[in-house]
Amino acid sequence: MSLLAIENLSLSIDETPILKAVDLSIEPGEVLGLVGESGSGKSMTALAVMRLLPDAAKARGSIRFDGTDLLKADEAAMCRLRGDDIGMVFQEPMTALNPVKTIGEQVAEGIRWHAGASRAEAEQRAARMLDRVGLPSQKFPLSRYPHQLSGGQRQRVVIAIACALKPKLLIADEPTTALDVVLQAQILELLRELVAESRMGLLLISHDLAVVTEMSDRIAVMRGGEILETGETAKTLSAQVHPYTRQLALASMHVPAGRRISSSLEGKVPPKAAEGIAEGWRGAGKTTPESGFESWRTAARTASGPSGHLPFEGGEDVTPLLSVENLRKDYPGARISLFSKQKPFCAVDDVSFTLAPGRSTALVGRSGCGKSTLARLVLALERPSGGTIRLEGEEITGKSEAELLPARRAVQIVFQDPYGSFDPRHRVERLVAEPLGLLRPAPDRAARRELVAEALHQVGMKPDDMQKYPHEFSGGQRQRLSIARAIITRPKLVVADEAVSALDVSIRAQILDLFSELNRTLGVAYLFITHDLTVARAITDEVLVMHEGRIVERGQTAAVLDHPRSEAARALVAAAPDLRRAIATKMREQG
Amino acid sequence: MIAYLAQRLLVAAATLLAASLVVFAMLEVIPGDPARLMLGMNATPDALEALRNEMGLNDPLPVRYLDWVAGMAALDFGRSYTYSVPVIDLIVERIVVSLPLALISLALSVVIAIPAGAFAAQRRGRAGDALSMGAAQLGVAIPNFWFALLLIYLFAVWLRLVPAGGFPGWSAGIWPALKALLLPAVALALPQAAILARVTRSALIETLGEDYVRTARAKGLPFGTVLWRHALRNALIPVLTIVGLQFSFLLAGTIIIENVFYLPGLGRLVFQAITQRDLIVVEGVVMLLVATVVAVNFLVDISYAVVDPRLRAR
Amino acid sequence: MTYLPSAFIPRDGLSAFLARALASRSFIAGFIVTALIALMALVSFFWTPDDVTKLVVGDRMLAPSAAHWFGTDHFGRDVLSMIMVGSRNSIAVALVAVGIGMGLGVPLGCLAAARGGWLDDFVMRFNDVVFAFPALLSAVMITAVFGPGAVNAIIAIGIFNIPVFARVARAGALAIWPREFILAARAAGKGKTRITLEHVLPNIATLLLVQGTIQFALGILAEAGLSYVGLGAQPPMPSWGRMLFDAQTRMMVAPTQALFPGLAIMITVLGLNLLGDGVSDALDPKLRRRR
Repeated sequence: MSLLAIENLSLSIDETPILKAVDLSIEPGEVLGLVGESGSGKSMTALAVMRLLPDAAKARGSIRFDGTDLLKADEAAMCRLRGDDIGMVFQEPMTALNPVKTIGEQVAEGIRWHAGASRAEAEQRAARMLDRVGLPSQKFPLSRYPHQLSGGQRQRVVIAIACALKPKLLIADEPTTALDVVLQAQILELLRELVAESRMGLLLISHDLAVVTEMSDRIAVMRGGEILETGETAKTLSAQVHPYTRQLALASMHVPAGRRISSSLEGKVPPKAAEGIAEGWRGAGKTTPESGFESWRTAARTASGPSGHLPFEGGEDVTPLLSVENLRKDYPGARISLFSKQKPFCAVDDVSFTLAPGRSTALVGRSGCGKSTLARLVLALERPSGGTIRLEGEEITGKSEAELLPARRAVQIVFQDPYGSFDPRHRVERLVAEPLGLLRPAPDRAARRELVAEALHQVGMKPDDMQKYPHEFSGGQRQRLSIARAIITRPKLVVADEAVSALDVSIRAQILDLFSELNRTLGVAYLFITHDLTVARAITDEVLVMHEGRIVERGQTAAVLDHPRSEAARALVAAAPDLRRAIATKMREQG
Repeated sequence: MIAYLAQRLLVAAATLLAASLVVFAMLEVIPGDPARLMLGMNATPDALEALRNEMGLNDPLPVRYLDWVAGMAALDFGRSYTYSVPVIDLIVERIVVSLPLALISLALSVVIAIPAGAFAAQRRGRAGDALSMGAAQLGVAIPNFWFALLLIYLFAVWLRLVPAGGFPGWSAGIWPALKALLLPAVALALPQAAILARVTRSALIETLGEDYVRTARAKGLPFGTVLWRHALRNALIPVLTIVGLQFSFLLAGTIIIENVFYLPGLGRLVFQAITQRDLIVVEGVVMLLVATVVAVNFLVDISYAVVDPRLRAR
Repeated sequence: MTYLPSAFIPRDGLSAFLARALASRSFIAGFIVTALIALMALVSFFWTPDDVTKLVVGDRMLAPSAAHWFGTDHFGRDVLSMIMVGSRNSIAVALVAVGIGMGLGVPLGCLAAARGGWLDDFVMRFNDVVFAFPALLSAVMITAVFGPGAVNAIIAIGIFNIPVFARVARAGALAIWPREFILAARAAGKGKTRITLEHVLPNIATLLLVQGTIQFALGILAEAGLSYVGLGAQPPMPSWGRMLFDAQTRMMVAPTQALFPGLAIMITVLGLNLLGDGVSDALDPKLRRRR
């Protein structure tokens, strides 16, 4: 008999169907990977098993756990099961723990509640459990509060809470999504061990096909509230019977079309679209006879011409687009007493590098390594504590906002969060046109509208979209709008700060294609800040590896990622989930 | 923790200092001569001058300010112009009415509001929630002095359970004195409790949406237990802020309520002093009330640190 | 009361916000009550059932009747008419006081959030000092210095409103500043003033609106309190607080006189609070669903 058998589970919230006839089963000691894109109903399935659904949700069908139907169980019976026989680990370790209670209290609480243990006994067991998840009490006493732990350590506490009573079933909902790759590998390893030790069933939910493949015995693919395919992991992923499974796998390994051709050919492709835009622009230019930006337009086009994808060494004899020398950024330490502060935190430490025009460079590293700070320095959104940044030979450090105008025009940004990067109160036209204030002379209304329409066209949106508000678009569409805003001044460099991390894989593939296309047509260079090596591999020529504020390795993307030399780069590469490798391993294991 | 408290203490002291400057400056611009007020219209210029010198009224402004502040630090608030007794005596006589009144009301409002707010949050969307929050909505809208009138009419005039006003003094025994403070305290406390209950409820509902509440539920704790053990303590932080702000409203409220019930408290003292232009009394009482508010807010700062370990770390 | 909801920026546009507001029972009820009170105040300029300056000794302290719906006071004046005329006073005082608070407090709060550093510290310390004075006490002091009257009541209540709005505006602006769309605006070369005007203010406007209704309601209560103790509008100008004071001394004889002015205050405040609740409901649909 299966440990968990979900049969024909349907769920609706306020008449909106969320799950449609879901069937799933988990045997004792088995790992089932549930994979799907956002909104596919993965989390709702998990919450239905826990019976922690929102009040408005109505579930039909049956969820049999160890012989009892959970959908028919009363709340008291569910309370006995939760935390005892079924444990759950959540996505966000930073908020999953109560900030005002010690980790000891939080782990012991469930033990006292279910096992009726005395306080001392429960604390002893909690200490053992914390020790097991890698938080030995000599270094991490029970009296620690969550804010004194890092994200990875907090996730270990959450796992300790979930596994404290050796549950028969563990549900892990995106347990590593909020962590960087190195921590992700550690947490996954811990889960694997715990499951093997006590023959737990594990329901592992993730959007990341590589993670699920690495971890699970069987896999279930979900979309739109339906299970499309279930089966043994290796078989399912090698056969790819269902077209969606195939699509998902392809999107996970996607490399934009243009980048698969050998790079020497690319420079010869005439930038057709760029011509078209220039035509359009001249049309608009008539309405503003005084067109000082004809010159920057031409400049942008010449920059886009020959640059293409120069081989790595060849980049040295051209004037670098961006050159950073001995850059340093300190943040003042937090005040620890009235008269003393902690010593300043050095986020960026003596960093030097150059970027060639038209090339695309990845900046990779673990979270907190200083990547985002470096990006803000390059964008002149923060002042460096030392060192210089030159844009096309011109120093931009320490300049006033007015003097920065040309630099701002030349360097634009695309953010990670497609929801937070637009003012919800403005229409698309105004949002995309925002950087046009950087042009001198400023274009008039008609010219602005023309330029916005062009930019929208270039990112694959319609001119009609101008009159809409950002909330009317999906995440992928918003990321397109974000790119339109970034390219509207014809910048030479676009900094993309985790620009595809928040997107589902299929959308991510499309956005990567768009980035690659704009690189070819407009000759814009990219600085891609990412923690995802797959993205770095797919879209960049060169890679900078950052670790604790320093650049520790630099070179051609493929060379660095295939043969990392520095320790930090090796750790990153080893920990990064890789679908191809994972499938190969599974094939060997499962025959 | 020490650094945090030291910083808050510094802020409190600076606030008090700034407030004393404001009070001093404000009352300095009022026309009128205290010496003449004390000696009456028929006083000779020599006598007036002598008294001015004695009271230090002829000293330059900064000296007078420093004298005043230094005096207050030693609990010497000067002498009343009209009664010719030390202001501190007048204050002590009245504070035994006002302070118990304010404290009883504060305690009453907290004791009513937090359970009521938690009750409503636990039953959100159900009849109990709607009923208690409807009552709170009314409570917030009622002016406390009108509520006091209604209470007087109901309990004193109609049912004759308690006196309609006045204060027998603590010498008459604790019970009669408390009885006289009961209606004023209720009149002050209920509108405040209504505000606090609403804040408690919304803070709790917000906290109940947090991830750690889900973690606690996944441990197998029932909803009610999670609410009381996990959510309430986190929700207390905004509630404490409001309690601190409210104390200031309560003190202000006592000024009016004392007038409604003819209670010989600080509020009445201030009003009498204003009508008699006995400015030194006004200064003293105002500074005392300001100091109380500052002290209560410092206590609130300490309680933040007690509730929230993240502050203790600083 | 300056309790800041965590999600105060509607994720969607103004029209969706309005649609949610119109679906909120609090909003509808609050809007209707507030509109009726405002209408009453306006009508009182042209017409009242009776002349409030007319003293009829023979009609003193009548119980409610067909001729005088709410009865008459100790001078024989029609209570309903006095309530109507008194509403002007309450509304004017509270409204101007909110105006003072917003006009000075919001720029102060926005400035503190945008500049940070010592300026922020200064604004916050200024707030602490004003908050240290119990609300009514500052009013008492001001009226003690400048004499009682409606104008001084406005100033006294208005001064207390400044730090309230400064605090709300600062807290709201501080929540907006780290957002990515602000970074985008900065990358587009916009200065702090333009960003404040174009992005910060529109996004905290609804928050300020909610606080505005709360302070409006508190202003009505404060004005009533001040005139009750004789420091607000001076007779013969009718005011709700003063009417309650007059009624108190005659409560044994004519208890209904204390009823109507109090009800007027309560209904006005209730309406404004409901309106504010409705706006915050519409702002944060997440919170609303959880109710």
